[in-house]
Amino acid sequence: MWRHQLMTTSRCFSTSIRALHWWDHVCPAPKDPITSVTEAFLADTSPVKINLGVGAYRDDEGKPVILQCLRDAEAKIAGCDFLESISSAVSSKLVEESVKLVYGKDSDVIKEGRYAGVQALSGTGACRLFAEFQKRFHPESQIYLPNPTWSNHHNIWRDAQVQQNTFSYYHPDLKGLNFTALMDDVKNAPDGSFFLLHPCAHNPTGVDPTEEQWREISHQFKVKNHFPFFDMAYQGFASGDLDRDALSIRIFLEDGHLLGCAQSFAKNMGLYGHRVGCLSVLCNDMKQAVAIKSQLQKIARAMYSSPPVHGTSLVSTVLSDPDIKALWVKEVKGMANRIQTMRTNLQESLWQLGSSLNWQHITNQVGMFCFSGLTPKQVDWLAREFHIYMTHDGRMSMAGVTTGNVNYLANAINEVTKYGENA
Amino acid sequence: MASSMLSLASASPSASLSMHDTLKGKVRLGSGNLTAWFHKEKSNPFINTKSSGRISMAVAVNVSRFEGITMAPPDPILGVSEAFKADNDEKKLNLGVGAYRTEELQPYVLNVVKKAENLMLERGEYKEYLPIEGLAAFNKVTAELLLGADNTVIKQQRVATVQGLSGTGSLRLAAALIERYFPGAKVLISSPTWGNHKNIFNDARVPWSEYRYYDPKTVGLDFEGMIADLKAAPEGSFILLHGCAHNPTGIDPTPEQWEKIADVIQEKNHIPFFDVAYQGFASGSLDADAASVRLFAARGMELLVAQSYSKNLGLYAERIGAINVICSSVDAAARVKSQLKRLARPMYSNPPVHGARIVANVVGDPTLFDEWKAEMDMMAGRIKGVRQKLFDSLSAKDKSGKDWSFILKQIGMFSFTGLNKAQSENMTNKWHVYMTKDGRISLAGLNLAKCEYLADAIVDSYHNVS
Repeated sequence: MWRHQLMTTSRCFSTSIRALHWWDHVCPAPKDPITSVTEAFLADTSPVKINLGVGAYRDDEGKPVILQCLRDAEAKIAGCDFLESISSAVSSKLVEESVKLVYGKDSDVIKEGRYAGVQALSGTGACRLFAEFQKRFHPESQIYLPNPTWSNHHNIWRDAQVQQNTFSYYHPDLKGLNFTALMDDVKNAPDGSFFLLHPCAHNPTGVDPTEEQWREISHQFKVKNHFPFFDMAYQGFASGDLDRDALSIRIFLEDGHLLGCAQSFAKNMGLYGHRVGCLSVLCNDMKQAVAIKSQLQKIARAMYSSPPVHGTSLVSTVLSDPDIKALWVKEVKGMANRIQTMRTNLQESLWQLGSSLNWQHITNQVGMFCFSGLTPKQVDWLAREFHIYMTHDGRMSMAGVTTGNVNYLANAINEVTKYGENA
Repeated sequence: MASSMLSLASASPSASLSMHDTLKGKVRLGSGNLTAWFHKEKSNPFINTKSSGRISMAVAVNVSRFEGITMAPPDPILGVSEAFKADNDEKKLNLGVGAYRTEELQPYVLNVVKKAENLMLERGEYKEYLPIEGLAAFNKVTAELLLGADNTVIKQQRVATVQGLSGTGSLRLAAALIERYFPGAKVLISSPTWGNHKNIFNDARVPWSEYRYYDPKTVGLDFEGMIADLKAAPEGSFILLHGCAHNPTGIDPTPEQWEKIADVIQEKNHIPFFDVAYQGFASGSLDADAASVRLFAARGMELLVAQSYSKNLGLYAERIGAINVICSSVDAAARVKSQLKRLARPMYSNPPVHGARIVANVVGDPTLFDEWKAEMDMMAGRIKGVRQKLFDSLSAKDKSGKDWSFILKQIGMFSFTGLNKAQSENMTNKWHVYMTKDGRISLAGLNLAKCEYLADAIVDSYHNVS
């Protein structure tokens, strides 16, 4: 449409001028709601500023962390020439170790090789590969996303041209799970629908179903023949225990679901910028696994050909070296513990300030994020006056809280909330 | 399990309901041991997950949704390497994938890359997310490398550069941009072209058609055909051009031909879309190899350019490249960049950091940059040497008088031998020479020692197989 208008009006112009306006109809894209928070934070010169935006782990000094297990892995692989011929072997090793992590190394699907696994560009890439795969082989299907969910989930399935719906999840009054409504939505969805589930440490709410609730959900999924797709971005970050955090998936596994799972090593291995993840789809048998894997690789081939090797080598080294892996498990627990401590500290500070609001959810919620319940107005106020940055939905990345800033943060939150929402 | 409960319910309501309730009760008590619970289920006489048709729902639920999915065909290029690996013959030669090999036929990590990585290791840099558009230092140096640091378009900030996952990823971003903002516009690709181009545009849902390029009679460029096809294309088509070292043919237009191509493109109001995968590898000179792109930019045209550092920096597996859109104004460049970011975010959020840092360190440091230029010259030089030796061997061994000089005229990693499918298959089956079925050989996989053997294989296949 735009091009046609351009061409009709510009027929009287010379060729060289006509050629210069291809992009006139391209509007500026809206800023990404999550990364734009970091941008605003970086632009702020205040010495007391706090970034509670993006979910990237920070230590108690507010600095990014390179895990020791990674340094050990880097040292181990330094000087090895990682060349194209080796990279596919490294990639296979990564997939092998990744699926063991999520399904359990003794699980039947692993022993029988009944999974199609490919390395992916972290969680986003794994979700996108699955969305494209879903579109290609179930073109009429839809995806049910929890309300709310990570904002990029909506972008991913939209760009893959898969129709999307939401299902009830968060109860704003309880600041907890709206289990009844969730189950209703699961029951009312057409049989055989695709659902996206957060296996632990739900992003953005930090609200997870209990073990019993997961069993009910799994049971209902069987009744309805739904397809469960898990986005596992925080394994280890919820409870500090990698196996415990995979419990929901293992419940579904035991119930016989042939599920799909996206995994990210961005947070739990601190490999954010390296884009390392895995996509697995469980199958009936090895033959089908091989077929599905070939189709997934075909989709990846037309998107980026193959994944970057450096991060792959690191993860593969960490997971397959027993000593380095043991260190990693400890370090993940350490990160999860620091976040739990910050939750407790923030909650106590708010109580000590005499805040009359219910802040129970700060410690009830799990993982990196706290869905504070703050309104967009309050969020803006925090940024403007207190130089505290978070996304507009009130999601705070607890990883950005330190013993050094927790009191300042509590004070600021108290200030903007003490007169109620309309202040 | 539960589903079998439902089918049993139709048989005897009271019994099954109570079973169902009991089971639910068990679930609620939350018996901690999953395995025990599961095994109890298995020994329950009401649940027979194997036999009766009435239990079909239980079986149906375990059937995969993806039952009907067939095996994807092997990739025509990557499949060659796989076949090569499986071959045990000691004379085997891999002339399939375009990855550089040394004279000893070993992969090669450039010295400047090792130095850069050591620097990076010492510095112990963080692994935080890059912004969606990639590493700023990388984006700056990559645009400058392509266009020249003092190029007007750079000085005027009219280039939107976004780091991408090597050539493929950058092409895919561009394809997605075309699909979104030029719905219905076609991309014209050369016949032949790199096999993955079609996959990329297909998956991005951008229609494409071919323009004539390779002339089998001359084993050279079908220039008349190319120009005619560009003229015949609907106005405002995107024309995919290889900046240098055309893949798979190795046949590049001359400077005069480039001028004429630019004329036609301007005349027809097409948009030039360059794929630059071999800058530095064609002639050995980074600037000379960018001449075609710079010619178009100098004419004030708006263009798209995808870059890859897989070959020229040997960073294949790190997936480092960029998509550049040269626009007519600063404002347009800013808007286009924002939309490229919007396309990248739901694809992979942000690009991988390691390769970007390597490139930024090498290109940004004058000493390392000079060393790189020397290494590139060496790599391109080795390939030129191999071309010469192959030509000499062919001329000596082929008594038919056939003119093999096209091998010397072609440029870059590849040579289009002119062998057809059957002849290419003979190369593999009889001579254990692995190549793609279109007759393309990767000279990067050839060394001086094997030129005579290869010449024998080519002469045999060309003359004795049809």
